[in-house]
Amino acid sequence: MKPFLALLLAILATPLAAQTALPPAPWADRQIPDARQEREAKALMETIRCLTCQSQSIADSNASMAGDMRSQIRERIMAGERPDAIRSWLIARYGDWVSYEPTAAPILWPLWAAPLLLLSLGLLLLRGRIKRRRRQ
Amino acid sequence: MRKLLIWLPLALFLAFIGLFASGLFQPDDRIIHSRLVGQSLPSFTLPAGASDRPGLSSAQFATGKPRLLNIFASWCVPCAAEAPQLMALKAAGVEIDAIAIRDARPDVDAFLARYGNPYARIGLDARSGVQIALGSSGVPETFVVDGKGRIAYQHIGDIRADDVAMILDRVRKAQ
Repeated sequence: MKPFLALLLAILATPLAAQTALPPAPWADRQIPDARQEREAKALMETIRCLTCQSQSIADSNASMAGDMRSQIRERIMAGERPDAIRSWLIARYGDWVSYEPTAAPILWPLWAAPLLLLSLGLLLLRGRIKRRRRQ
Repeated sequence: MRKLLIWLPLALFLAFIGLFASGLFQPDDRIIHSRLVGQSLPSFTLPAGASDRPGLSSAQFATGKPRLLNIFASWCVPCAAEAPQLMALKAAGVEIDAIAIRDARPDVDAFLARYGNPYARIGLDARSGVQIALGSSGVPETFVVDGKGRIAYQHIGDIRADDVAMILDRVRKAQ
């Protein structure tokens, strides 16, 4: 039992050197009192990629930098800044990469076109099948 | 047409194999470079991060001489590893300022007492605000800032012993 408990504790412990000892920024894990502003902030956070954990949005990440970004976003929304403006401010610094949502950049057009292409390919195949069956 | 279509699945299969193989031999570049390279430093003013050095503001950079801006933290292990290289750069006459990320003054003091202090000024960025404004995605990072206050180069990760000559060269070019 004891070694098992020790193992369990080792799994739960966060690496000491990887994160800072400072408490999270004031608005990192605290909601804005105004529900509408909080909705805007949350929606924006879900579209921003975490710089430390690259396959999470900052809304989902526990990394200290993601917490700092959440806090900064909430503070700026409370100060009256528009979510779009904050988003483009971040993209101007980190590039399209920081967007956790695919943008409409030309390089992503094949991505948006793929469902349509696959659907029309499917329709074409279906038409061929139906024609063949009629002939039989 | 029909005869050609028979080969389509095989062609697709081979295309995927090719895609995966290229991914194996050429791993992803996961380093996120700042888009501000070539532009002016964003404006900021930070309080002092250590007890024996003044704080840092962006206005102190456009002095006609290139400077290094080192992003570090006392809790960051690679930052301790790059300390000797920063001391070597200082010994070569480079002026270095720093921003301590998510840090506290006593911790920075202890870190500098242990690993040496190559910095002229140290700003304390307790909530990573300036780090985000710089487009920096981690610690340590080092920016070469030219004499007009523009970012000339961003070095991501710790400065290794064999990077020192390259950084010196970048500083010389950034007059």
